Amino acid sequence: MTIRDDIVENVPRLRRYARLLLRDPVSADDLVQDVLERALSRLHLYQPGTNLRAWLFTIMHNLHVNQAVRAAKGPKTGIDNDAADNYQTAVQPAQTAGLSIRDLERGLASLPDEQRAVILLVGVEGMTYAEAASVLEIPVGTVMSRLARGRARLRNFMNGEDPASEGAGQ
Amino acid sequence: MSDMERPADTELHAYLDGELDDTTRAEVEAWLEANPDDADRVDGWRHDRDGLAALQSEILGEPVPEKMQAIIRRAPQRTDSGPGSWMRAAAAVVLLVTGAAAGWFAHDLAKPAGGEKDFVRNAVGAHVVFTKERRHAVEVNWGKEQDEKHLVRWLSRRLGRPLNPPPLNDAGYSLVGGRLVADDGGPAAQFMYQDKDKKRLTLYVRSARDAEGTAFRIASERGVSAFYWIDRTYAYALVGQIDRERLVPLGELVYQHLDKPVEKK
Repeated sequence: MTIRDDIVENVPRLRRYARLLLRDPVSADDLVQDVLERALSRLHLYQPGTNLRAWLFTIMHNLHVNQAVRAAKGPKTGIDNDAADNYQTAVQPAQTAGLSIRDLERGLASLPDEQRAVILLVGVEGMTYAEAASVLEIPVGTVMSRLARGRARLRNFMNGEDPASEGAGQ
Repeated sequence: MSDMERPADTELHAYLDGELDDTTRAEVEAWLEANPDDADRVDGWRHDRDGLAALQSEILGEPVPEKMQAIIRRAPQRTDSGPGSWMRAAAAVVLLVTGAAAGWFAHDLAKPAGGEKDFVRNAVGAHVVFTKERRHAVEVNWGKEQDEKHLVRWLSRRLGRPLNPPPLNDAGYSLVGGRLVADDGGPAAQFMYQDKDKKRLTLYVRSARDAEGTAFRIASERGVSAFYWIDRTYAYALVGQIDRERLVPLGELVYQHLDKPVEKK
């Protein structure tokens, strides 16, 4: 196994994460390609033996944040219900997917970026809080509070409540 | 646990995500058993989490797109600095020395990945085991012409490459001899040197196998340092209980020697 093989192995996960983040398969794959370009150009900075996946996800996170900042300066900002609808049409769930899967996608799209990232890294990528913290370059405590707030919000969305009211206990 | 305070929501999430230690997990479990409302909330989060994990999961089964494969494969291999590209190796030494001075270069043995890590561990392990030996430090002693020829022929045949131990006399080390070492089921050659104070160095060589190529690197563990590099086909390590600053020029000497075509004996 060379490091290049290891990177190839991580591509499917990067693609899934990008697609969940960006809600559009084409921009998602563009982002993954940017990540790969950057990772390969900085391969000398990667410490062998350390967590390659976390390193790649960190690169993706940074690129995504930069792109989001650039996009925010343009006319279209933030995630709103329209974006959630676009997400719906752009990324068709598997045919068998029931209503709750669609709701989940919409609910996910309704979350602030920072909460969505934590929820995805921990819940979908199965990262530990420490790994998610290193990818997002934030303290573990912040991972925990964003996770709690984001999941509460998602739950409210799923229950048909106002997502912005973040539920008891928070 | 009935007198336990209500866990914070962050703690309930940590429970859900398997982040709690055994004691706290047991406490939270007890709390959830006694408080079905909170248990329902955790179930709701679990339901969402598991549902999200299924989203887009079909991508995981798709082949990596050709375009992405191309990006990963096309950038120059950093393993190019094999024997023959001395200029690049020299540049690597400069990098190594400045890097070591800056501190970031100091990989410890836990850092190198996969095959590289195994290689360095085995080289250091063989060093530690055999340099302790007084009478059986080597299998074949250096000194008599017949033995020298035998050792070189033997190890070259087992390693599948001409393998002359580099002379380090000018640096104060004389060759003691060498041996064949079992390295994870494959053959490795170990040459042993010592200085006038009987401080020993070993040179460890085996085929690269699954280890990825590297430029010159240094790894240290418990006072033992290894200067090593891996080219396309072979992996080399010079190991000793000496300062990195002294090990680097010695490793450089070894590299220079090994890079030269070996004259037939």
